[in-house]
Amino acid sequence: MEQREKKVIVIGVIGADVHAVGNKILYHAFTEAGFEVVNLGVMVSQEEYIAAAIESDADAIVVSSLYGQGELDCRGLREKCDEAGLKGIPLLVGGNIVIGKQRFEDVEPRFKAMGFDRAFPPGTTPETTIEALRELLHMDGGDA
Amino acid sequence: MRAVLLIDFGSTYTKLTAVDVEAEILLGTAAAYTTVETDIGDGLTEARRLLEAQTGPVDYEACYACSSAAGGLRMVTSGLVPELTGEAAKLASLGAGAKVAGVYAFQLTEDDIEDIRAMRPDIFLLVGGTDGGNTECILHNAAMLAKLPPDFPVIVAGNRTAARQCQRLLEGFEVHICPNVMPKFGVLNIEPTQSKIREIFLRRIIQAKGLSRAAELLSDIMMPTPSAVLLAMELLAKGCEGESGIGELLAVDVGGATTDVYSIADGMPQQINTVYKGLPEPYAKRTVEGDIGMRYSAQGIVDAAGLPRLSALSGLSEERLIALTAEIRAHPDMVPEEGGELEQLDFALASCAIEEAVRRHAGTITETYTMMGQTFIQEGKNLTNVGQVVVTGGSLIHTRRTGEIAAHAMYDPAAPASLRPKAAEIRVDRRYILSAMGLLSAHYPQTALRIMKKELAYHGYSE
Repeated sequence: MEQREKKVIVIGVIGADVHAVGNKILYHAFTEAGFEVVNLGVMVSQEEYIAAAIESDADAIVVSSLYGQGELDCRGLREKCDEAGLKGIPLLVGGNIVIGKQRFEDVEPRFKAMGFDRAFPPGTTPETTIEALRELLHMDGGDA
Repeated sequence: MRAVLLIDFGSTYTKLTAVDVEAEILLGTAAAYTTVETDIGDGLTEARRLLEAQTGPVDYEACYACSSAAGGLRMVTSGLVPELTGEAAKLASLGAGAKVAGVYAFQLTEDDIEDIRAMRPDIFLLVGGTDGGNTECILHNAAMLAKLPPDFPVIVAGNRTAARQCQRLLEGFEVHICPNVMPKFGVLNIEPTQSKIREIFLRRIIQAKGLSRAAELLSDIMMPTPSAVLLAMELLAKGCEGESGIGELLAVDVGGATTDVYSIADGMPQQINTVYKGLPEPYAKRTVEGDIGMRYSAQGIVDAAGLPRLSALSGLSEERLIALTAEIRAHPDMVPEEGGELEQLDFALASCAIEEAVRRHAGTITETYTMMGQTFIQEGKNLTNVGQVVVTGGSLIHTRRTGEIAAHAMYDPAAPASLRPKAAEIRVDRRYILSAMGLLSAHYPQTALRIMKKELAYHGYSE
């Protein structure tokens, strides 16, 4: 069988969140960086990420949350991935992922404990996430 | 006069429609029992005799046919995720006019394989994975299928990466490779698979179903009946060169065993604050409800609508409903007498059949509140702006209450989540010409369209 050239990532804005602009920017940034991006858009349920990741045999899932409810929305995603056979798939999350102004040193461990491989604070540039994806997916610098 | 004969080999009746393509009129219609067990030609000869009694001797310059005889085109499908490639495979098969006997998702098990053996599919559609995506599932399923005797063709229309390997695993089978039904997430590409299904139907199925002798009489085209109806509905909605269509439409055919629903409409969200979820659905969509029908499947209507609702619509007591339903299932050829109990029952059954089948076909909308205010999530097609409803089936034709029954296809303020037409003209296919017009449209689209516009009688307006 032919080997696929690009790494596949599934992205989307989780929960009842309709912030569409950052999602579009990430889509373009990741595509530009050489990833094959499956963009689920806004208001994405956990089940949708998983269904898309199964069909596309995704290498990672990148979850965005901008409206403060990320902590609730993300809970259980890792367990559902395990259940669906996506064992060990890298999960990344970023945006305004918690309510109010909290120190990110307190926030990050909570998302790690939920099974996320990386959590990013507000104001993270796409480049940072791309760097993290390359590291998690063991990609040697340059093309994705 | 230039006469064309159109034949529909149905599971019960062989129906003939004679058309004068020059004058653009129907010359006559006739039906006789389908004789697929002995010689399909017998039923055809009998129907032609009945037709000739109406039309006199006619010299036909062409003869086209469609068929749903001998169980129709029976297909089984397997995909990966039920809502994604699983659904895409089902939509592709239904749209090609197949009767879908089984729909599988994820990995096929040994028990599934035994069930599939018993189903004796005419064609198996094997899909799963986007292009470059998951290959594990489709390869597993190909290997499982290979355990069966290779007596049916398999269409492979999944992840292209795995296509050739699937073919090798299915050694001995007739394997056809088609482009992926879902090449990218959320993108549907079912037409290539549908034309392959039709090609196999032409080449293999007609022979297998004892229709080949009749085929000798035909000039051209043979397709599954539902596929002919879908063609006719598409033509009626869209129009053709030199003749405009009637616009987006919904069509319902309430049969004895199943209810078919067709929608020719875009159906995407109409409001900016509506988010679409799930697989995008085809512009020309067909669904079949195997548990909704006026006779064999009457119990399915009772289960879906409930006795109290049927009782309210029919004016019969629940006890009488139970007794009558059992009676019609045992004697599917029972025909209502005017003013009788059965007429009341049929009215209620047909109303609920349409309501349930259209509800399942149409999309839904749910309201949610987000930090940004009110938002709507739409799944499936939004048919609220569809302005035409076409209905057919014995229970709608042989009654004076057609309009009342058909109105059950419409939007219901009590169930606002179901996106059914809000205001539409109701048209009735009184002479069962839909499949015939679909056949005719392949060579004479303008004529077929003009005849439909004349024959599909306007039966009022419903809101």
